[in-house]
Amino acid sequence: MTQYAWLIPALPLAGFLINGLLSGRLSKMMSGIIGSGTVLAAFVLSCMVFLQMNGQTEVVTLFDFIKAGDIHIPFSIQFDPLSSLFLLIITGVGFLIHVYSTSYMHEESDFHFARYFSYLNLFVFSMLLLVMGGNYVIMFIGWEGVGLCSYLLIGYWFKNTEYNKAANKAFIMNRIGDLGVLLAVFWMLQKFGTVTFAGDAGVLAQAAKLAVNDPALVGITLLLFIGATGKSAQIPLFTWLPDAMAGPTPVSALIHAATMVTAGIYMIARSNIMYTLAETTSGGIAVIGLATAIVAASIAIKQNDIKKVLAYSTVSQLGFMFLALGVGSYVGAVFHVMTHAFFKALLFLGAGSVIHGTHHEQDMRAYGGLRKMMPVTHITMLVGCLAIAGIPGFSGFFSKDEILMGAYAYNPIFYYLGLGAALMTAFYMFRLYAMTFMGSYRGDAHNHPHESPAAMTVPLIVLAILALVGGFIGMPELFVHNGHKLAAFLAPVFEQSNAIAHAHTISHSKEGLLMGVSTALIIGIIIFANSKFGGYSRSDAKETGLSKVLADKWYFDKLYDTIIVKPVLWIGNVLGTTVEKSGIDKGVNGVGKSVQYLSRQFRLIQSGNIGNYIMMMVVAIVGFIWIVYYIKV
Amino acid sequence: MPIEYYTFLCCIIFGIGVIGVLTRRNAIIIFMCIELMLNAVNLLLVSFSKMHYAKAVAAGSEDVLTAASEGQLFVFFIMVVAAVEVSVGLAIIVMMYRNTHNVDINFLNRLKN
Repeated sequence: MTQYAWLIPALPLAGFLINGLLSGRLSKMMSGIIGSGTVLAAFVLSCMVFLQMNGQTEVVTLFDFIKAGDIHIPFSIQFDPLSSLFLLIITGVGFLIHVYSTSYMHEESDFHFARYFSYLNLFVFSMLLLVMGGNYVIMFIGWEGVGLCSYLLIGYWFKNTEYNKAANKAFIMNRIGDLGVLLAVFWMLQKFGTVTFAGDAGVLAQAAKLAVNDPALVGITLLLFIGATGKSAQIPLFTWLPDAMAGPTPVSALIHAATMVTAGIYMIARSNIMYTLAETTSGGIAVIGLATAIVAASIAIKQNDIKKVLAYSTVSQLGFMFLALGVGSYVGAVFHVMTHAFFKALLFLGAGSVIHGTHHEQDMRAYGGLRKMMPVTHITMLVGCLAIAGIPGFSGFFSKDEILMGAYAYNPIFYYLGLGAALMTAFYMFRLYAMTFMGSYRGDAHNHPHESPAAMTVPLIVLAILALVGGFIGMPELFVHNGHKLAAFLAPVFEQSNAIAHAHTISHSKEGLLMGVSTALIIGIIIFANSKFGGYSRSDAKETGLSKVLADKWYFDKLYDTIIVKPVLWIGNVLGTTVEKSGIDKGVNGVGKSVQYLSRQFRLIQSGNIGNYIMMMVVAIVGFIWIVYYIKV
Repeated sequence: MPIEYYTFLCCIIFGIGVIGVLTRRNAIIIFMCIELMLNAVNLLLVSFSKMHYAKAVAAGSEDVLTAASEGQLFVFFIMVVAAVEVSVGLAIIVMMYRNTHNVDINFLNRLKN
């Protein structure tokens, strides 16, 4: 099976090439079929790989990528439980998003429709390469690829300057992080002499032999983490993700659920042994993750754009995942990636359905009462909200609970702060739900909202089912003995980390108590949010105090603008007017002018007198003979 | 006769040729001077060829024929090239005279500056 596995990334790449090269010559139908079909085929192959997975790590080397001196980097793809799980998430959720897009984007012209699908396919290809790469360099190719694709898709409507700015912001923020990854790769080459993951000579096996908090290890892990903060939108590089809403809504779903933002978590989970040993870095990750979860959740409370709420919700959930990574609960993080992929794709596609149905209205203040007009979207969105809020039985409950329990075992304070973020999550999600679906319709009366076509509702239903049942593969020990199938499946990947890490366990009675209390609080918050915003009516009262700070996103954008963007622009201006004009320009022009002057002078020796020319020739010949025989060069 | 005599003679003829090319303005004379230089080289080749032949005979070498013929072969080549060059060069000079009614090379300075 694995010898055909290169087809998994190759198929979306083929789709990208066909749609990209023939864009405009294919009908929308064909573009959609090629775009979705290649991802579906990749999904089928991924399922086959997944079903054959027996905990072994299999590496398939396709060809030599870099060979220079002692450095040998093959172009290899690797299969182990972690990558096969990610393959399923990417291709599965990605396929549903492709199907959804065929309907959502139908207003576009043939050319742009094909362009859209080619970008989407390239995105899936890059992400597949990222999780399948057998070493850090191949992973980095995919890592850069998703950055590029996010730029292309966020700026998909390129005629809008604001959207282009958002695309630039995403790209530049990602580049800052990418530099960290690149430096880490160089450091690894210098320290270990290889970048391969697996094998006895691989990076991970060599790192496992190092001491706890080895300086090089801490440095490498920190640099990798900087990359992760860029790609996975953590403090301080998270501000691009909310702006990434400029892209079409299915793209947001793709970026937030299946691809891109989970890359950072994948990378850290892949390098888990290094992070387990680098305790300093892990502690930092836990703090950053927690801070991001809280800050982003608090911002989401005051947003009125439905996509912005979901964007900050993603940032917050990613914060949870990093908290899990930081406290050593790697399985919890991967588990949350999976459940989050289901319910966040569901929520984004649901939001897209609402936007589609209300004729491109994104302001929640102009929604209300949509439950009657869009029943399927309503029910599926409700499932998504319940899942992300963490109501027992829904997928989000299990994964979030596992993360919070891991945090409690690490440090109870982390648990309480994380619980606060989880409560805020429940609050803003049900604020969104109530403002959108409850009450009565507040939008333009002539604007009749309608339910979306089947190509959009079917993916919603599938995702809703997944969001509903997806959590049962990771039942805590408290409920079912050996119920955590996912942990057992992933165990080989985290084997070494689990062996080193201190056994953080908390008693079942305490776990049950914490679970009960948090569930009760979340249900209380949901009821409160529903009653507060169910009968929401527009008010023009100015935000004041803390709520203004939240509505203005903690002034992160303004802060960055003041301390980074403006000084950089100022320096650019100064350099442009002084160094460029009076230094470089004058230098370059001076070279040109002096050449012109010299050529005017040299021209005079072209006398036109043949005798002169012959004279010079003879002198030159004699000169050369003299050089050859007497100077002996 | 010692080989030096030949070489000195050739140098002198060659020098006359060079100086003639450099100083004279009449194209025909320049042409003759070029021929002088070529023939100075021919003479030198022939004389060296003779010298090597004599040495080979004195040393009792078996391959005296090669020693005798190499330089002279070259002379024939140069003669052929010189003949070709003469025909082309004279044609050019004739054309030049037809166009300018002059064979003074300094008259041809239209590419000046």
